[in-house]
Amino acid sequence: MLKFLFTVIRRDVLLAARRRGDWLTAQFFFVMVVSMFPLGIGPEPGMLRTIGPGVVWVAALLASLLSLDRLFADDYRDGTLEQMLLSPSPIALLTLGKAIAHWIINGIPLLIIAPLLGIQFNLPAGALWMLVLSLAIGTPILSLLGSIGAALTLGLRGGGALVTLLIMPLYVPALIFGAGAVEGVLSGTGSEAHLSLLGAFLMMSLLLAPWVSAMALKVSVE
Amino acid sequence: MNLYHYASPSTFYPLAGKLIPWFAALAFILAIAGLYISFFVAPTDFQQGEGYRIIFIHVPTAWMSMFIYVVMAFWSAIGLAWNTRLSFVMARALAPTGAMFTFVALWTGAFWGKPMWGAWWVWDARLTSELILLFLYVGVMALQAAIDDPRRADRAGALLNLVGVINVPIIYFSVKWWNTLHQGSSVSLTRAPSMAQTMLWGMLIMALAAWMYTIAVSLVRARTLVLERERQTEWVRAQLEGQP
Repeated sequence: MLKFLFTVIRRDVLLAARRRGDWLTAQFFFVMVVSMFPLGIGPEPGMLRTIGPGVVWVAALLASLLSLDRLFADDYRDGTLEQMLLSPSPIALLTLGKAIAHWIINGIPLLIIAPLLGIQFNLPAGALWMLVLSLAIGTPILSLLGSIGAALTLGLRGGGALVTLLIMPLYVPALIFGAGAVEGVLSGTGSEAHLSLLGAFLMMSLLLAPWVSAMALKVSVE
Repeated sequence: MNLYHYASPSTFYPLAGKLIPWFAALAFILAIAGLYISFFVAPTDFQQGEGYRIIFIHVPTAWMSMFIYVVMAFWSAIGLAWNTRLSFVMARALAPTGAMFTFVALWTGAFWGKPMWGAWWVWDARLTSELILLFLYVGVMALQAAIDDPRRADRAGALLNLVGVINVPIIYFSVKWWNTLHQGSSVSLTRAPSMAQTMLWGMLIMALAAWMYTIAVSLVRARTLVLERERQTEWVRAQLEGQP
């Protein structure tokens, strides 16, 4: 079982490593979206510090959505996905592996880029650490919930925009608790409560999302 | 009583046809009575003046917007568990009405907020979660509209409904802890309501009217969906030939 999971993860990461162009698009998208905000709002440092955590978090949501429609689509197009579904291993493990791979490919780079963007937004060191920590707990949620949307919209016209419509409302708690944790450091009210809730949300998504997206895959492929 | 008998589209279609006028008439009468009570009988609120009367529309629509989502999730779960076609039809027929009530609740809330809070919109927990509820409705309808195969559309929409219904409480509490301004509920099952008796009656009658309206409209929509999906069957042909 674990071997199957690792194989799925390894395969997806390897495929992404071989096609660096696709992979980098989402990362640069993240950087650019965040950089647009100071241009639109004005470079006043106090204002930037207030909006910084939220902007970085919203950009992380968008970047993760951008890469989601590829999650199953490539395998679906060349028929690999059907073969995978026929394998004796549970489909929930396949979707879990895909979500983890999506997080490794798209989530971890965000953790590395985010502090740099935070510095641009004039965030103090403590808040930068909290930003990385909250993204580290939060981005797996984005990949897990996103896998449901990707499975539901598999092979549909305009799948990318549709995923956004379906999944964005479900991301709300992650956004609120994630940005709230950084906000807590900035305002000095502490961020343990936000982090705990974010962690709880992660546990629940980890438990339910692979299973739901496995059902969604079965609906979409049959 | 055999429930499977009523779950068959060929029994459902004529039965719904007979029930619709009754529910529609009830909705109409209750709405007239409710509006009369709300505008002429209910006393003026001593704090909020005449403007408070918007709650006679606002509260029932807000109740219905949440309730319909739960009913949709219920039908979705039944449909996924027992593979009954009619449950999916019901879930699908309810979605536009739910979205409409959500929109009306937001809109009337804005009308109420302007004189009371001095703002059309504030980022308060209830307003925000109601807005996200509207997004969830839109998401389900967009997904179902994008899928051509009705079987897949039903199941995909049902799954999304169930995911949504698990998430709604989480979203609600997350935005509640995030920011709050909306007044607490004045009606509760466990204690005496903190409002005049006639006001309460007006609101309850309006809620019943909204309920009856929902049943009537969703039955009409479900009938159309059934007709569309069963167009190849004998009974639909017989049904349609019977009518001029």
